Amino acid sequence: MKRSIGVRLWRWSIISAVAIYLLVPLYAMYDFSTKPFGFADQGRTFRAWQMIPTQQDLFPAITRSLITAAIVMAIILFLVVPTAIWVHLKLPALRRPFELLCLLPLAIPAIVIVVGIAPLYRWISINLYESPITLAGVYSMLILPYTYRSLSAALDAVDIHTLAEAATTLGSSIARIIFKIVMPTIKTGIVNGSFIAIALVLGEYTISNILNFKTFQVVIAQIGRSDGNVAVAVSLASLLFVIVLLLIIPTKKRQGSVLDVDAI
Amino acid sequence: MSSSTYVQLVDIAKYFGKVKALDGLSLDIAEGELVALLGPSGCGKTTALRALAGLQVLDRGSMIVDGKDVTFQKASNRGMGMVFQAYSLFPHMTARENVEYGLTLRVHKTSKDKRKVRSAELLDLVGLSSHANHYPYQLSGGQQQRIALARALAISPKVLLLDEPLSALDAKVRTQLREEIRRIQVELGTTTLFVTHDQEEALGIADRIGVMRNGKLEQIAAPAELYDRPQTAFVAEFVGLTNPISGKVSGGSIEILGGVVKTLPGSITSGTGIALVRPENINVVAAKSGNATVFSRSFLGASCRLSISLANGERITAQISSPDAIDLGAGVNVNLSLLDLPLFVKAAG
Repeated sequence: MKRSIGVRLWRWSIISAVAIYLLVPLYAMYDFSTKPFGFADQGRTFRAWQMIPTQQDLFPAITRSLITAAIVMAIILFLVVPTAIWVHLKLPALRRPFELLCLLPLAIPAIVIVVGIAPLYRWISINLYESPITLAGVYSMLILPYTYRSLSAALDAVDIHTLAEAATTLGSSIARIIFKIVMPTIKTGIVNGSFIAIALVLGEYTISNILNFKTFQVVIAQIGRSDGNVAVAVSLASLLFVIVLLLIIPTKKRQGSVLDVDAI
Repeated sequence: MSSSTYVQLVDIAKYFGKVKALDGLSLDIAEGELVALLGPSGCGKTTALRALAGLQVLDRGSMIVDGKDVTFQKASNRGMGMVFQAYSLFPHMTARENVEYGLTLRVHKTSKDKRKVRSAELLDLVGLSSHANHYPYQLSGGQQQRIALARALAISPKVLLLDEPLSALDAKVRTQLREEIRRIQVELGTTTLFVTHDQEEALGIADRIGVMRNGKLEQIAAPAELYDRPQTAFVAEFVGLTNPISGKVSGGSIEILGGVVKTLPGSITSGTGIALVRPENINVVAAKSGNATVFSRSFLGASCRLSISLANGERITAQISSPDAIDLGAGVNVNLSLLDLPLFVKAAG
């Protein structure tokens, strides 16, 4: 059935409005990063973009932030997700307390968390290891509200109890049920939660700055203080990098529909 | 334990707080037999099935399968095949992968080639060979339950446990799949416990039916015996329809509707009792000056159900095969069609 022109027009109007809302800031960043430094100068210059590779602190900071994000991802996959599944499957009475615990970081301001954990990190820096990578610990806590909500919604959408019981009667162990049955079933929830977590880790500034760790955002802020155009160019480059990353991550879409619905 | 007993549940009990889900249930199932547990919601039938599967820890009693006590054995080691009421196929696996899943696990480990042969065999058995590479979301409800059946059978289970596997399906599919389950069960000779609240399903599929009430077995018998010779009023009233008709009981007989019929064991032995009479056991003959009046009529296809008001004010239901003979509001004579079929009689009031 052909859709009416009105419906198509309405649809394209919404898409266009959203596209403008999202793309205008990106264009503004591009515009600012290619403006000549002197107010009197005219035309465009890519000097700020050319200066990106010369920023000494930038690439080590990116590497550190990416490693931290990878560690946080590993913590999500091997600790947070199995724990959430375990609680849903085996300890339903603990669901509410666990949810409340996971939401706590959202209720506590970042500055309070920093004040609380600063002595701990001082001790870690002196006695164990001084690296921004140790921030993965506190980040894993910060991402809990977002990751847990996403996982919880995915777990509630599927009857994992029946799946788990079916697997058990077939001879499956609990570890196999979690990693081979439930995790693939709630894959979308895990991916969504992980994306939010990575975005938070790569974008976090307050804690790393106060604890004096040079992460990606801290270095961008430092560059911004000395050269605003370069800082905006780096920010735009990182945004484009993430967009490309999201586009190339394979997203296998289920395209089939129910076949033979009339058959038994 | 008789020599043919394969599964034995001995005095099993499970309490959820004050609720007695199972209260001393004992049940024997012979090898290759299909036993249906039938009962109203909350009678404990699913708890019994889950206990046998190992998914429910018991508070009391023991379970023996093939001569081995499995009471404390882990569910993953029991070797029970189970089909659930809810769709339970693993959504990220194809039909074939679902069927093969049990065979990839340590308990039932089978080589890849044998797995392939076995899954092909079972998909063929349930008539879904052509759907081997389909994912669950590409299958209808009936197809999903058939694959779930194939998956449960793939591990050559000691006992096949069916937990209301047809209740989510529509009526036509339910009947077809019910017959298919029976065909496959007979073909493979798998000992099966089938839980249902649908008496038609139980009567149509089982070798024996156990009627449960409040965590206990009220009666277990072959479908025809259960229907014709109930041992308690609950069984008589729960399985099929009955008319409560009062009459005088004496010497193991009751006098109702102008006839004398023997009473079943368990019935009251004297005084006024209420006989539980099946609608099809009531004979209705058109007669202008009859002892009853037809006040409503419903057409059921092959037969017709009449609601009849007796001279003493009692209202009964009769099921007859020729609806054209009786008009609404017409006078009729009512009597029992099978005087040699004993009736269960409960105490009046």
